[in-house]
Amino acid sequence: MSGLNAFLSHFFVTGDPLIYASDVLIVLVSLGIIVTLTYLKKWKWLWREWLTTVDHKRIAIMYLIAAILMLFRGGADAELLRTQLAVPNNSFLTAEHYDQIFTTHGTIMILFMAMPMMFALFNAAVPLQIGARDVAFPYLNAISFWLFFFGCLLFNLSFVIGGSPDGGWTSYPPLTELGFSPGPGENYYILGILISGLGSTATGINFMATILKMRAPGMTLMKLPLFCWSVLSSSIIILFAFPALTVALALLLLDRTMGTDFFTILHGGNPMQFVNLFWVWGHPEVYIVVLPAFGVYSEVVSTFSRKTVFGYKSMVFSLLAITVIGYLTWAHHFFTMGAGASVNTFFAISTMCVGIPTGVKMFNWLFTMFRGRIQFKLPMLWTLAFIPAFAIAGATGIMLAAAPADYQFHNSQFLVAHFHMALIGGVVFGYVAGMYYWWPKLFGFSLDERLGRWAFWLWQIGFYGCFGPQFALGFMGMTRRMYTYPANMGWNTLNLVSTCGAYLMGVAFLFIGAQIVYSILKGKRDVTGDPWDGRTLEWSIPSPPPLYNFAVIPTVQARDEWWRRKQSGEAAQRAAFPAEASLQPIHMPRNSSIPFLVGLSFFVGGFGTVFHWYGMSIVGGVGILLCLLARSLQENVDYYVPVDEIKRTEIHLREGVTHGLHV
Amino acid sequence: MSKAVLTPKQGGAVHEPAPEYSHGGDVSILGFWFFLATDLLIFACLFATFVILRTHTDGGPTGSAIFDVNGFVAETFILLTSSFTCGLATFALRKGKRKAALSWLGATILLGIAFVGLEISEFIHDAAIGATAQRSAFLSGFFTLVGTHGAHVSMGILWMCSVFYQIWRRGIHPVRARKLFLVGLYWHFLDIVWVFIFTVVYMMGVV
Repeated sequence: MSGLNAFLSHFFVTGDPLIYASDVLIVLVSLGIIVTLTYLKKWKWLWREWLTTVDHKRIAIMYLIAAILMLFRGGADAELLRTQLAVPNNSFLTAEHYDQIFTTHGTIMILFMAMPMMFALFNAAVPLQIGARDVAFPYLNAISFWLFFFGCLLFNLSFVIGGSPDGGWTSYPPLTELGFSPGPGENYYILGILISGLGSTATGINFMATILKMRAPGMTLMKLPLFCWSVLSSSIIILFAFPALTVALALLLLDRTMGTDFFTILHGGNPMQFVNLFWVWGHPEVYIVVLPAFGVYSEVVSTFSRKTVFGYKSMVFSLLAITVIGYLTWAHHFFTMGAGASVNTFFAISTMCVGIPTGVKMFNWLFTMFRGRIQFKLPMLWTLAFIPAFAIAGATGIMLAAAPADYQFHNSQFLVAHFHMALIGGVVFGYVAGMYYWWPKLFGFSLDERLGRWAFWLWQIGFYGCFGPQFALGFMGMTRRMYTYPANMGWNTLNLVSTCGAYLMGVAFLFIGAQIVYSILKGKRDVTGDPWDGRTLEWSIPSPPPLYNFAVIPTVQARDEWWRRKQSGEAAQRAAFPAEASLQPIHMPRNSSIPFLVGLSFFVGGFGTVFHWYGMSIVGGVGILLCLLARSLQENVDYYVPVDEIKRTEIHLREGVTHGLHV
Repeated sequence: MSKAVLTPKQGGAVHEPAPEYSHGGDVSILGFWFFLATDLLIFACLFATFVILRTHTDGGPTGSAIFDVNGFVAETFILLTSSFTCGLATFALRKGKRKAALSWLGATILLGIAFVGLEISEFIHDAAIGATAQRSAFLSGFFTLVGTHGAHVSMGILWMCSVFYQIWRRGIHPVRARKLFLVGLYWHFLDIVWVFIFTVVYMMGVV
């Protein structure tokens, strides 16, 4: 019996009231979901319509839901960290618990919030913008989602089963080697990211092929909407960066499970090799997540200034320049680790060089707004807010990029403030703008402006309130990852202000949640399919779009094709039914349960490996192989939507449109 | 999807795409090239790690102590030959010769199994004399790099068996022609990686 108790207390995290409360909440929420689905008899619907779907629009919605949940989880972590730091000598969290929380906060925000939110935007907008019926590999797209989902689930499970990782989001060995970090937490970290990382790599491949091969006739690369260009750049970086992460984590996993000596101190291991491999991925990762945000800004600025974007070609070339230069900067993450003057100089200069194309884009956005008729809708507000935040991030980034000065700033709160300015100001603002922008297209209704404005302003005040003081705290000597501090350092007021700012951002998040719930119930229905008076092809079809997106694949003549059609009067024909003769049966992929099962197999195998239950790992591995084999042998993977059904769908959708146009 | 059976290319039909490129296959093939790029980077990272750890033997066995010249030369010949037979299988399939395609594919599978068998026996021999992946960073790098290649070859063999079965039971068809072409690309890719392993790991190890 005591053996069982020992096992259970090792298996389940015990002794912390916060975690007990979470246990109760998790059980209650799970029960609630199960009971609701059973009561409403929705299991079959869930399986058929969602879990087995290969439709990019539904996959986008699933990514979006997951990302918002993870923003909540990562945000809750942030609030706990800031609560602990609000006052000196605080004992709200223990040192170990604090370590776990900053580790999960960083990991979740980068890998399980930013990445899925970005993939949500990829899936929501790219096929519609290029006039395609789906991505190049819809089935692979579903696999990518389920790998992300189960990797994320595995990582989050560490919270209540086995214990969270506490080696920081960068997880440097030898600290994270078995000898110093014996618990399962680090295994969760490695396997959760490895599994979801495979999905991310596949998404990169998928969207590169989609953009290069699936564009509507007439859409040359120089007529491609800028968001798609940013997705292409981001996908190229994914392709070249994620393998390095896969290798770094796989080797660390081998060290921890098989006893190899890649990054150990004994037997000739070299921990610096992990640091290099990690940042060969980790630095480009910054560009992976920020470039699509740049793409969103380009779309939003152009739409809400009612002008075509300024300097299209320089926008494209600057995106590609960032894509390339982004690789040459990784060593600036360890200027202080003794790389030597010449190496540090090279990486200092290359890092500063990234600022040039970024500056070009910044000015292009400003010139697009110049003499435009700007509409201050939610997407535009977040875009405008991005500009000062990113300017501060850029200026402080150049300060950090100067290697000699970095010896002073390194690992201080200044650094924390800098990258939050960049990642919240650049990435989160962009994704939130993108979410508002494409929400009516995905769901068929808009998000409420009034609640959104509350969220926006609270967020802005909270954001500068939170990170502004941290720049000063960094100069005053406060290091990062410090779980408490004495009262006589002169840091008290600034820390308290920073924590209040964090709380305000938390309240802003609640407003966004309230906005979504309110809008689901009472949001303005989008009957036109074009609520913002948009410029690109996604606005030429009804919202939400039918399964096959375009009844007839459009032929493109201009960069802002939909705008051109509206100006030339061709768009008015849209309300009319597409000429019957032009309709052809549409070739579509069938739904499949295999992607879900692949994800599940990875989860089972991953969970077994976390606890060194290798029998379970083998079961998971066999499951993966069986899924691959089953798919390889499958031939009946697609079907045709008959013309009659297209006609019915279009008539049904167009009734709404005509109604909207005439009222 | 139509079930048209592939006919041998007629004299005049030079502009017709190869069977694997019809039926939207060119998108899949492009996607597969992208996948190979990611796989190439996996190997590049493993090579970089190996090269850095090559001299970190911690007083344990070095490359020249454990590498058997006859063994790795034989492995090289077998793998290069299998790449050739794999190419012949694709060639036969393009000419619509199902039996020839199956024979060459079968030969490729057997050569692949011989390669993996030799590699496993090499690993067992190394482990028996105390050269295990746990002994030193050099050996960790060696077993991981070469083992990753071996695991890829084994996956390739399983994949080829599946393609073999499909062409054998279901006949020649553009979709299956594409599958054979893709597994062929994968196989040639592994061959190229092996050339680097041969050079960087074995040749530089015994010199």
